[in-house]
Amino acid sequence: MATKTDLSPARTTVALSNEEVLRYSRHLIMPEVGMEGQLKLKQAKVLCIGAGGLGAPLGLYLAAAGVGRLGLVDFDKVDLTNLQRQILFSNDDVGQPKIEAAADRLHGLNPDIQIDRHETRLTSENALDIFRDYDIVVDGTDNFPTRYLVNDACVLLGKPNVYGSIFRFEGQVSVFGYEGGPCYRCLYPEPPPPGLVPSCAEGGVLGVLPGIVGALQAAETIKLILGKGEPLVGRLLLFDALAMRFRELKLRKNPDCPVCGNHPTVKHLIDYEQFCGIRGEEAPAPQLGVPEITPRDLKSRLDRGDDLFILDVREPHEYQICNLNGYLIPLGDLPSRVSELDSSREIVAHCRSGKRSAEATAFLQKAGFRKVLNLKGGILAWSDEVDPAVPKY
Amino acid sequence: MSVKVIIPTPLRAYAGKQDTVELQASTVGEALTTLTARFQDLKRHLFADDGRLRSFVNVYVNDEDIRYLQKDATPLKQGDTVSIVPSIAGGRGFNGNQN
Repeated sequence: MATKTDLSPARTTVALSNEEVLRYSRHLIMPEVGMEGQLKLKQAKVLCIGAGGLGAPLGLYLAAAGVGRLGLVDFDKVDLTNLQRQILFSNDDVGQPKIEAAADRLHGLNPDIQIDRHETRLTSENALDIFRDYDIVVDGTDNFPTRYLVNDACVLLGKPNVYGSIFRFEGQVSVFGYEGGPCYRCLYPEPPPPGLVPSCAEGGVLGVLPGIVGALQAAETIKLILGKGEPLVGRLLLFDALAMRFRELKLRKNPDCPVCGNHPTVKHLIDYEQFCGIRGEEAPAPQLGVPEITPRDLKSRLDRGDDLFILDVREPHEYQICNLNGYLIPLGDLPSRVSELDSSREIVAHCRSGKRSAEATAFLQKAGFRKVLNLKGGILAWSDEVDPAVPKY
Repeated sequence: MSVKVIIPTPLRAYAGKQDTVELQASTVGEALTTLTARFQDLKRHLFADDGRLRSFVNVYVNDEDIRYLQKDATPLKQGDTVSIVPSIAGGRGFNGNQN
């Protein structure tokens, strides 16, 4: 029934200017949005965690849609490798703080909205304070500690968490913590232990994938604000860009969930780095304690004509990007192909950054190879210290 | 029963680069045992040392999570789809680190 109450938002202090009416006219003429919905959007406060691959389409569509207050959390700088997918940024932004570049771009898109810049790493200490001011949190992070932190903070504050996650050409989307629905921990109680492969060689992402997944998150966010349609609650949407297929799985609230279950044990934010077991992961090579050679030493030994066997443990597609003319055996194939190596020769193992080859060196030592060295810093360090003609990736 | 197991992107490298595997099994447990017998590298990605399914790997029969069915003992019908769905973190790799 169209009654006076239906029209009430127009009479509140929030109203649209004539220019805004024109800007949002394609929303206003749809009954599902209309003036009432557009005013809801204008009054909405949404926080985007991460201004990266997912944050780019999210930020753009939410700003374009007229979400009145948009918070961004990011502490990174724009890197050339971001531009393959992070469409918020342009070439001129490389080296600039993402938060500045993003805020400028979004402000340029829609000067009527407020953009809050939270240029900080999200931590257990600041998350609740940052989240408190917003109605909806959208998770565009790229790592497990932050994902669990965002989830727990949203559950503790009772805020919906619009989740998106990507890997190569596959994505996941859901809405967590909405009106008693399940949370991320109901789906995955614990993160994978670090170091359990799929390794870095399995990484990478199709540039358009975060565009699709981030746009799905934006659609869900807008639906939550409007209170229209069926939110993606209790459903996990899987997207496979390679097969171009969407699938939907049932997602149930876990009564034993440590955060949102019947007897929660997590009642305040914890140490998520520790929870995800990644303290000290940055320097794994020294932990393995394998013998190393620096790129400069390798260069001088090769120039001297020493008999060194260069073993490249990267993947074939990485070899195509650049190589040191080494013998290619991907780390994962090493156990089954170890017989191809001559243990009487001195072997220098390398990968991209030195981590995989440290594992390969340790493996070969265990297998009885006495003369194995790990190229410190990998082909990246070789490019920096010996031959800048070798491209970094 | 002939069933289809959908292998997620991060684990395809350990399953002969296949995205789906057809096999014969009458329960989920049997399907996973058959699968990991065929692709031995998959085993440590799916199961912890104590033999339990890892907590960041979910298994679904059609669209239902086996945790809310009969777990490993969940029966399979001819033509069922078993999906393995591990957690994924972002654009940089399985654990957020690229190296």
